[in-house]
Amino acid sequence: MPRIPKDWKLPQEPGDFLSDVGHTPEPRVTGWMNTPPVEIKRGMHCYAAKPDRLKKMGMPNPREWSAMDDDWKLPENWKETFLDGMKDRLGRFRTFQLFMDICVRCGACADKCHFYIGSGDPKNMPVLRAELLRSIYRQHFTTAGKILGPVAGARELTYERLKELWYYLYQCSECRRCSVFCPYGIDMAEITIMGRELTNLLGLNIDWIAAPVAFCYQTGNHMGIQPHAFVEMLEFFVDEIEEVTGVRVQPDFNRKGAEVLFVTPSGDVFGDPGTYTCMGYMILFHELKKLGLDITWSTYASEGGNFGLFTSNEVMKRLNSKMYAEAKRLGVKWILGGECGHMWRVVNQYMGTMNLELAEGSKMEEPVSPITGTKFENAKSTKMVHITEFTADLIRNNKLKLDPSRNDHLTVTFHDSCNPARGMGLFEEPRYVIKNVCNNFYEMPENTIREQTFCCGGGSGLNAGEDMELRMRGGLPRANAVKYAHEQHGVNMMACICAIDRAVLPDLMTYYVPEVDITGIHELVTNAMVLDGEKKKTVNLRGEPLPGKEDKK
Amino acid sequence: MSLKNLLTDNKSSIVKAWCDLTLKSYPEESQGFFKKKDQFGNPVGHSLCEGIESTYDALLEDADTDVLSKALDGIIRIRAIQEFSPSQAISFLFGLKQVIRDGLGSKINKDGFSEEWAVFETKIDGLALLGFDIYSKCRQQIYDIRVESVKRRTSRLLTKAGLVYEIPEGQSDQSDLQENIANINNS
Amino acid sequence: MNVILSLTISSLAIFGLVVIPFLGVWVAHLNVLFGIVIPYIAVIIFFLGMIYRVVKWAKSPVPFRIPTTCSQQKSLPWIKYTYVDKLDNPSTRLGVWGRMILEIFFFRSLFRNSRMQFGTGQDVRYTSSKWLWIGAMAFHYCFLVVIIRHLRFFTQSNPWFVTLTENIDGFFEMFVPAVYQSGLLLGAALTFLLLRRLLSPQLRYISLPADYFPLFLILTIAGTGILMRYGLKTDIVGVKELTMGLANFNPTIPEGVGVLFYIHLFLVSILFAYFPFSKLTHMGGVFLSPTRNLENNNRAVRHINPWNPEVKLHTYEEYEDDYRDKMIGAGLPVDKQPAPKEEKE
Repeated sequence: MPRIPKDWKLPQEPGDFLSDVGHTPEPRVTGWMNTPPVEIKRGMHCYAAKPDRLKKMGMPNPREWSAMDDDWKLPENWKETFLDGMKDRLGRFRTFQLFMDICVRCGACADKCHFYIGSGDPKNMPVLRAELLRSIYRQHFTTAGKILGPVAGARELTYERLKELWYYLYQCSECRRCSVFCPYGIDMAEITIMGRELTNLLGLNIDWIAAPVAFCYQTGNHMGIQPHAFVEMLEFFVDEIEEVTGVRVQPDFNRKGAEVLFVTPSGDVFGDPGTYTCMGYMILFHELKKLGLDITWSTYASEGGNFGLFTSNEVMKRLNSKMYAEAKRLGVKWILGGECGHMWRVVNQYMGTMNLELAEGSKMEEPVSPITGTKFENAKSTKMVHITEFTADLIRNNKLKLDPSRNDHLTVTFHDSCNPARGMGLFEEPRYVIKNVCNNFYEMPENTIREQTFCCGGGSGLNAGEDMELRMRGGLPRANAVKYAHEQHGVNMMACICAIDRAVLPDLMTYYVPEVDITGIHELVTNAMVLDGEKKKTVNLRGEPLPGKEDKK
Repeated sequence: MSLKNLLTDNKSSIVKAWCDLTLKSYPEESQGFFKKKDQFGNPVGHSLCEGIESTYDALLEDADTDVLSKALDGIIRIRAIQEFSPSQAISFLFGLKQVIRDGLGSKINKDGFSEEWAVFETKIDGLALLGFDIYSKCRQQIYDIRVESVKRRTSRLLTKAGLVYEIPEGQSDQSDLQENIANINNS
Repeated sequence: MNVILSLTISSLAIFGLVVIPFLGVWVAHLNVLFGIVIPYIAVIIFFLGMIYRVVKWAKSPVPFRIPTTCSQQKSLPWIKYTYVDKLDNPSTRLGVWGRMILEIFFFRSLFRNSRMQFGTGQDVRYTSSKWLWIGAMAFHYCFLVVIIRHLRFFTQSNPWFVTLTENIDGFFEMFVPAVYQSGLLLGAALTFLLLRRLLSPQLRYISLPADYFPLFLILTIAGTGILMRYGLKTDIVGVKELTMGLANFNPTIPEGVGVLFYIHLFLVSILFAYFPFSKLTHMGGVFLSPTRNLENNNRAVRHINPWNPEVKLHTYEEYEDDYRDKMIGAGLPVDKQPAPKEEKE
């Protein structure tokens, strides 16, 4: 028997095939500033925007290109354009100027990013992702950087570094988790937003963002659904609802003189499982009609989401304008907003500032619930109420007939969507609603919820199909917490208040925790609601048998 | 005394060394982070070390395929979507040989466990093949999810708009559907 | 920049900064330059630099009100909005003040760092990883105490708070002269912050010379200070004469002040001059951070963007023009009836 050598390893001779398989990469010896050119990986980035999207929006450099190509077909003066754009934005956004200057690289944010947690790629640490742009800032805009160069942490803007920056800007989902932990409140989302505005000046948009933007601009919603198709779709739901409940609901569209305009992300109109939430809204509104709710949908403002937020502040404004314009045209008093994450970041933190002028001369006023008389004082300027605020108020005032046992087959947990969590602080309202419509509710571990919630991995326009590896890495921390809740408490349903979540999380669950399904809160609400004139319900909106009410035929 | 006893007695040091070796496949800067004990803040490190421990236990207990698959799944499921080539993703399984040889090699020779060791090595080889199956399954699942994801997003619309010919159950033709979706996306 | 290079550059720089005053005073006897001219210039650079910085930040407007909300919003009256919420998700100016005070004096956000560990079974333990917070608090507060103590060199009669600080700081009077804990703690905290950067691979990777240099600089300043107080005795009376002269704009160069003091003074001057152009400006920046210093009341009070851009919109009229026939077909109301095309047929 031969003696086993102590330092045994898979034999690896240069040129030997064994040197090409399975072995650990050599540790880097250089710092991050000198790492070799970034390798754009499949599964880790989204497809480039098709030229017609950019043309539609009048955005620069529309062309066919791909991030996998060596030549990105940038305009001749790309460097100048980028740096001029940077200078302009430093003067317009205090956040940008400040966040370029004050980071001390303390590392508090480093392990807070879900993409870093899931991948271990050091450039996914928020601090380093930001340094990619900061180093360029130092080189071109600070004296120390100009004189000392790399010693001051400055790097010249080059083609390779632009590619690297772009690659990592689209590995940030603008979830703001890092900014919770930063002692100076530096917000990677803000830096990503700026970085994307800058790279968009060169036409480096991705299609998953650019297409919804162009569609939304033209047709009023991300899917590019024309008005008649939108109406048909909801009428199709009317039939489905009748089949399940025996109640025929009647949604109104573009109706002038209604008191309230309802706006929700179009993703819920066309994609499962969001569609069940959409049906939930329709049932709720129908029930409330006789209690005095006078509400209409709009085909023109048929999108709550706003991928402009992931493009530029101007595009965000252009898309968002439709809400006030339509509210004014229809003469409504206020707007009710559906369950959506980034939509509520825009509505809560940007909408009033950007577009309130459009509501001038309209009939809009401080929102008052027509059913309970509750004034929504926290929305008196913007005049837009979140539907969980609205529903929580209804439940509090006993306006809904609820039978939570209809949800007894579910053990529910709640995923705080990043934007309502860290851009709004909407924590108690959704929980209050869920606890009133479900008997079994369990929280996930504390450092994965509320302001510390983990992203679904597909926020900020990264919820495409082609970047599935990226999404699975970013979603791992969330899935891991769900898995724990499933194992400890038997959780089999995760509720969320975000249409992107409802599109992204089912994929994540399929991969990591297939026992858990995804729902919107208003699907749970209407499944628990006892409707006027309902037939004996045997199934829920999904057609699944209700506990203890199975058809005994 | 048998090899099994030796391996059981040295479990903690072998498992630790195996975890460390596996973590070495990640960027140097992040290995420290992955070693942090924090189940929810560090799911990669946690799943990896937990999986490695249960794999080791299962190996020693001569557990069946189901148990071993379950133990490996937690690790490979994550590595299948990380920055690894397929061989890199599962090479950590061979690392167990290295770890045991490093730690107990001389003892194995001295105490005459060589034959048992040969058998155990074969088991590790089998483990690697099992890992390969799991890896392939995970990758296949990613592709499936990609397709499903696109379908789910627009399926209702396509059905409603009458753009998709509804194929009677049992004969669905995936490629037709995808083509239709592609056409709609392009239009 | 790798770590070796960063450390080499930073330590060479510090070495140079020690040698310059040493040669300047010891060999060339440029006491006036190092005792009067350079300190004055440094202080002028500090103030002008900081003003320039802050003005530059302040000139850049805040187009959107984007606080990071770290707790429940103020919403319906019956939804709990506790004092914690008022501070972590403020809806009033007062709340913002509270949040800023917590942030500036207690490093609230840094304190948030916590992690959870699992024992066997259901046993969940939260262990805080607050080392960074402790190190940062120790460093900043000791630095403050040291600065306050140094005011005795710039005032004829010690103000009460300087004496108080000295008394508390030198509480354990086991030695003569009284050993100030702040100096030792400062050194310890700095060493911790440095070791943290060197030993954690993550931090080593993100660290730049600009991170090591200030640590080295402040360590050297503290070192020379401690050396003057407890080791190589310096002519305190002479030092005070010099510093009082600086403070009263009547500078003099007394005889017999050792070269060590000039090195100390020169390094402090460098720190002052370096401050506004480095990451140390975070001191000023934290006050202005829009994710912290604004109320989360956007929906109740409108925030104005001074450069709110004019943008091209796709109006409802255009929309209706694009889809009028289809809208009518679907039974949707329209504002404008279609041109009576059919009648011609």
